[in-house]
This record gives sequence, C-alpha cells and structure tokens, in this order.
Amino acid sequence: MSTKAKARPATAPVVFTANRLRDGRVVWFGAEGTWRDRIDGTTPFAPAAAEEGLALAQQGERDQQVVGVYAVEVDPAGPTPLKFRERLRVQGPSVAAEAA
Amino acid sequence: MNALTPPQYARTYRYDEIDREFLQERIAEFRGQVERRLAGELTEDEFKPLRLMNGLYLQLHAYMLRVAIPYGLLNSAQLRQLGKIARRWDRGFGHFTTRQNIQFNWTKLEDVPAMLEALAEVDMHAIQTSGNCIRNTTTDEYAGASPDEVVDPRVYAEILRQWSTLHPEFTWLPRKFKIAITGAPHDRVAAQVHDVGVLAKRNERGEVGFEVHAGGGLGRTPIIARKLRDWVPEAEFLAYMEAVLRVYNALGQRDNIYKARIKILVRDLGDEFTQMVEREYERMPRDKYRLDPEIVAAIAAHFAPPPFAALDDQPLPEDPEFRQWAEASVRAHKKPGYASVTISLKPIGGIPGDASAEQMEAVADLAERHSFGEIRVTHVQNLVLPHVRQEDLHALWQGLRAAGLATPNIGLISDIIACPGMDYCALATARSIPIAQRISERFASLDRQHDIGECFINISGCINACGHHHVAHIGILGVDKRGEEVYQITLGGSATNDAAIGELIGPAFSYDAVVDAVETLITTYIAHRAAGERFIDTYRRIGVMPFKDALYAPA
Amino acid sequence: MPLLEDGRLRPDDWTHVEDEAPLPEGPAIVSLARLRAEAASLAGRNAPLGVALPPETQPEEIAPFLDRLALIAVKMPKSKDGRAFTQIRALREHHGFAGEIRAAGHILPDQYAMLLRCGVTTVEVPEGTKPETWARSRDTIRIAYQAAQGADRPLSLLRRKLELA
Ligand code: HEM
Ligand code: SF4
Repeated sequence: MSTKAKARPATAPVVFTANRLRDGRVVWFGAEGTWRDRIDGTTPFAPAAAEEGLALAQQGERDQQVVGVYAVEVDPAGPTPLKFRERLRVQGPSVAAEAA
Repeated sequence: MNALTPPQYARTYRYDEIDREFLQERIAEFRGQVERRLAGELTEDEFKPLRLMNGLYLQLHAYMLRVAIPYGLLNSAQLRQLGKIARRWDRGFGHFTTRQNIQFNWTKLEDVPAMLEALAEVDMHAIQTSGNCIRNTTTDEYAGASPDEVVDPRVYAEILRQWSTLHPEFTWLPRKFKIAITGAPHDRVAAQVHDVGVLAKRNERGEVGFEVHAGGGLGRTPIIARKLRDWVPEAEFLAYMEAVLRVYNALGQRDNIYKARIKILVRDLGDEFTQMVEREYERMPRDKYRLDPEIVAAIAAHFAPPPFAALDDQPLPEDPEFRQWAEASVRAHKKPGYASVTISLKPIGGIPGDASAEQMEAVADLAERHSFGEIRVTHVQNLVLPHVRQEDLHALWQGLRAAGLATPNIGLISDIIACPGMDYCALATARSIPIAQRISERFASLDRQHDIGECFINISGCINACGHHHVAHIGILGVDKRGEEVYQITLGGSATNDAAIGELIGPAFSYDAVVDAVETLITTYIAHRAAGERFIDTYRRIGVMPFKDALYAPA
Repeated sequence: MPLLEDGRLRPDDWTHVEDEAPLPEGPAIVSLARLRAEAASLAGRNAPLGVALPPETQPEEIAPFLDRLALIAVKMPKSKDGRAFTQIRALREHHGFAGEIRAAGHILPDQYAMLLRCGVTTVEVPEGTKPETWARSRDTIRIAYQAAQGADRPLSLLRRKLELA
C-alpha cells in the first residue's frame, strides 16, 4: 500500500492520507506532523516537494500511528482531491452507511 | 435456554471441547499479534498476512472483518450473535457475501479480539477468510432439504473445513484457494469457477465418491475448471485434495499475483497437471490420509435430519400478494408438507446483501419458530430457511414483511449480486452498490419483474470480479477511464451446470447511462422472446447482435 | 547467524560455503550446483555435508544424494512464500530423510509451529531474536486437525492433540 505514492511523480499539489492504526479511520497529514480526521485545513505540498512530504508523512508509519500512507493530488481550494476515490475517502461511502 | 445456546434441532456442526479449546488458543494468538502490532513490535508488512489470516482487511474507510459462515450454515443463536456484534462494534449492520460469509465494514483493530471472543461464544470465527490459504468452503444452500440431493454436501464441507484449518503445509500458498462442493446433480455452487469444485455422487452400490474439478476461477482471467477425475472414493477424498494442493503449492507462480491462482497453473500445464496430481496421489502414504468411515459417520450425525412431522403437501392460501411472494421465494422440499424459503436481502433500492442487526434478530426468531432454528446464507447474498412447514408459510411471510424482508424478487432482475465496490473497497475502480440500487429502482414494479422472469445481474467494482459479473446473464464491470467511472457489460454468462463466461458486448457506459443500457437489453429480450423463454434462452437463440444493435444503434 | 532449535537458541556448527571457496574442515552447506558438480569428491569428505535447496527445486532432484547428506537447508525468500513447507514435508514423507532440515530466509515466529509440523529441525534467525517469542508462538495452539510428520500413529481421527517432538 505504501508504495502507491511512488508510482508516479505528482503533477498537482498533494496532501497525504493514511488509515489510523488503532481504528482504521481515514486520516490526513497536517503540516505540523499531526494526523487529523479531516482534510480541511491541511496544507498541500507543491509537486516538487511531494517526495519530501511523503518522507515526513511516513514517519507516522514508523511511529506506529498510521498505515498505508499515500499521496493524493488535490485542488488546493478546500483542499479537494482530484480523484473520485479520494473524494469518497473524504466524505465516506456514497450509499447509506448506517442501518436504516 | 440461554441466548447463546442453539436450538436442539438446528443442524449446524456443534463444537466439542477440542474445537473450543482450539478457538480460544487461536484468539489468544491473534490477541498477542494485535498487541505486538500496536506496540510496534510487528511492522505492517509482517502483520498484514497475520491479520488477513484472521479475516481482517484494511479498506477504504476502515478495517473490515470478514467472518466465516462455514458453508453458509447458521443456527439462530449464531445469527442473533452476529446481530449483536453489528450493533456493538459496527454501525448496526453486516454485509452477506457471495462466499457465504459476512463482513463488518467499520471494525476497529483494537476491538477485533473482543469481536472474535463474541464469535467464539457461538462457535464462530474469522479464520482463513482471507490470505493465501484455503478459504471457507461453500456449498448448496438447500443442502439437506433439496429433493434432487444425492449426497449431503455439508458432511464433506465440514471435513474439508477441519482438514484445511491451519493446515501446516497449505497456509502460505501462492494465492487464495476456494473450494465449492455440491451433492446434487443441479450445480448451485458454481463449482466450475472455483479453484477446486467437487461434485459428490454415488455409484451403483450407493457408495459416496467425488468428481473433482480444478482450476476454475473468475477475476481478470475467467476460466472454467478442468475435470481431474470422475471418481475419488470417499476414503481417499482428503488424500486426493492433499495431492492437488501439493502440486499447486510447489509449482504455482509466486512472482506475479495476477498469475498465482491455480487456474493459471492448470491452464498452462493442461493434462500434465492432472498427471502430476495422480503421481503424487499414487505415491503418498495413503493410510495416513485415509478418511475413516467412523469419522464420516460422526460428522454426519451433526447433520441428521431434524424431526420432520409426517405431513401432506398443502395448497397455498389464495392471498394474491402472498402468492406473488411465494412464487418467487418458496422452493420444493424433499419432505412432503415442507418447503424451503429464500429471504431476499435485496429490497428495492437497498444495498444487496446488507442486513441490519434487527433484521438478523428477526430472522433468527422466525427460524426458531418455523425452521428448526436453521438459516443458510446463499451465494447470491440472500438467506434461506431450509425446512418450513407449508402450513406456516403465510405466517412466516407476515413475519418477514414486518421486518422488511419480504421483497418477492428471488431470481428476478432486482435480485442483484453486487460487490462492495468503491464505496468500501480499497481495490475498486468504480462503485457497484449504487448501480445495483438504481437498476432495482428502475425495475421496481414487481409485476414487471415477474413478467421479465429469471434474469441474473451481477456487478463488480473491479476486475477482481468479487461480484461474479462474468457468470451473470447480464454482467456489469465498473472500470476507471481517465478518472471517470464507466461500466462494461457482458452477456450470456452462467454459473450452473452449463457454466459459461459472458461475452463483452461493446464500449463501456457511463455511470448515468448504464441503467438505461440494462433497460434496453431487457426491452430487446422482451421484443424477441418466444413463449417460455428466459433472458438467457433468448440470448442463446438469437445471439449477441440484436442486443448490440439496440445498444449502439445511432440515435 | 543464531540458530533456533526446540524454541531455544543454540550455536551453529555449520558453515555456508560459497561456490568458489575452499571447503572448511567442519560441517559445510554447499549449493545445489556445487553438490551436483562435485558429488564424488564431496562424498569422500569426512565432515558432515549439507545442501541448500532452492525454493523452486523439487526434492526428487536431490534424491540420489540424500544418503550422503546430513542437512538440507530450505529457504523462504519471503515469509509469504510457502514452497518450503511442501519441500520439507516431501523430504520427510516421500524420501524418509532423517537428518537435519533447517529453514532459512524471511520467517515469522508465527510460522514456527507449522514448520515444525512439516518436519523442520532448526531455523536460522536474525541477530537479536528473542527465542521466547518463537517458543510462545509454537506453544499457543496445541491442537491440530491434521497429522504431522513424524507422528507415529496414522491419522485415525481428523483431529487430535498436537504432538510437537
Ligand atoms: C471488500 C473487500 C474485498 C476485497 C479487498 C476483495 C479482494 C479480492 C481480490 C483481490 C480478488 C481476486 C483474487 C485473485 O484473483 O487472485 C477477489 C476475488 C473474489 N472475491 Fe473478493 N474482495 C472483497 C470483497 C468481496 C466480497 C464482498 C465478496 C462477495 C460478495 C467477494 C467474493 C469474491 C469472490 C467470489 C472472488 C473470486 C473470484 C475468482 O474466482 O477469482 N469478495 N476478491
Ligand atoms: S470486485 Fe474489486 S471492487 Fe469489488 S470487492 Fe472485489 S476487489 Fe473490491
């Protein structure tokens, strides 16, 4: 999973996402090195700084805080992921996710 | 009776002290592994295969725990406990899968040991529901009830379960390994698209033996299995399975996960594969692997028929709404006066295979009242009450209706198989659940569904094909095309005796267009069908062209 | 490299010998290629001889040499690569090999019990290995549903208490 970020150099600004080790919930890497529940307010890394950002974010894996760190290309407004998959990661399933 | 005690006559395999001790040891082991992981003594790379062996995935939004429902059999106490787990550690629901398992989508790693303990209270676990090992064996949901049954497959499915549990040699295979077994001439388990498909049968002397197929599968390379042998005697069943697995473990590809399933090995080696299995089988110390008739008898005792009453077949009450449900949901039973009932987990617009904690409890109650406390999970993501008195059918229907479980669409166009797709699955390339929901809403009219008749739509959210789209009459595969979800349609697949892989019909459809495309396929079928023809029959008679023309004709 | 036997660390008196290197006095593990090329001269040695069996090799291929071998080392290139389990079982079951079978490579403590049940004797483990972790993992599950290698009784029940040597 953690190899995904290396797949292809970023062409847009990126933020980093992962799942929290303890409970698996989606988290986002904030500039201060903390992992937060929401993408809002995270500061994107410029494409050129993506690798450096990844190294910082992966510290969260080594610290056993998170698993599966990878980069997500975003529109800095928001920020909002460019890909639908990661927009789903932000908002949760597009179908009812609680018992009716 | 304690809530955890299954009803006396529910024929599920009952654990003995050794089985229970085993499970407790296994939970202790995994508890230790979780602790080591949380303490940083295990890296994710090291922990991943261990958690997978205990059914724990990391999905798009959370961990997912997949619980084994051995060959799809549940008693009411077990189903009630699954409901309790859904309420306590998930968001109040669970998702039944095509492999007769249940998945909890919102699991927390730190809760898993407690969840496993709750499962163990009712003799359940999540062992080997994932990972490159022998997975839960699947079988016929009408086992022990169907009039066409020749051999009770539950007995041999349980033997396979025990044999494959923590098998010392076959727990680190090249890839996952799925076995399906049926004991009826009509294949209801899709035997030919499994790694190993077993048909249990009898010879002229009435002895049990097995026809063994290997190398079937779906995924990105759909292949129909190769028949290895017409007849393996009962006593040699495990020896023969060992031989198949040994050849696979030694020679299956390890360097490319897309080529690691046994189907690729069997396809590449052809008859040589069969010969290698035979050579291994010939030279192994067969006494050591012999399946003792006493063991078979001891396990068969767990599945003895419940105390059926001597009844006569009954006419159904005249209530038209009830009749419509019964026509779709009720199936003949081998005992006069009884019937098997399929409970639809496909309400119009719902999530295929999902059941809430309340629904699980309601079905558990109804099973106790009407079906000796027994429930089955089907490979099309529905539930079955196997042994219902015909005179109780009307009352059962009312009970199901009250729980929102009486949609009369079994085998009809809205009885859709859908994998979790991108709404949950980390591997997905597109969503599948909302497509299923919108198709079912489009065909919401039950009169129309009954007019269309039997039609299987299966949807997968990526090429892994967990939604079995290849073997559907209408298969839908969601793929990613430059960031957009698009859907390919295949026609003419089948998962039964006449197993066939569907044919790709043409360019993919957008998320918004795919439901219209399905409707076009259906109107084309209606326009061409001869009396009594199902969708698949018409398709086979007239071929793909009329459907293609209708879909891709310039407007 | 430390060696694990019976859940305890013990000194390793074997040496892995490179193909070009001269053979040492004591027990030596050679490659399969060298074993094949120098079978006659190797057989004449006084010290015990072992071979490293690559994962893709079927045990039949070394059958002619087995009576001269005191040790066979199998290798797990990754912990997920379980070919060694079948090699080990085949060496014991089909070839009756009674010498030391040693597992090397990337092996998890959690695989120890299964390796033993297939017939392994020793495991090469990294420096700093805590043998207690391995012993605990071996002992957690004492029940098995299948026969193990070396069990003297035929499998008369599908399940029985696990008997680790
Ligand atoms: C949500 C998490 C899931 C993940 C990550 C997942 C992953 C996969 C993968 C990677 C494969 C392909 C394996 C291969 O060909 O080697 C596969 C196959 C399969 N999955 Fe799933 N799956 C998931 C859920 C499900 C569900 C919910 C079902 C049942 C509805 C299911 C049923 C199957 C079946 C029947 C196959 C076999 C197809 C074949 O023969 O290759 N899976 N799964
Ligand atoms: S088919 Fe693909 S998307 Fe669907 S559950 Fe399987 S892996 Fe996930």
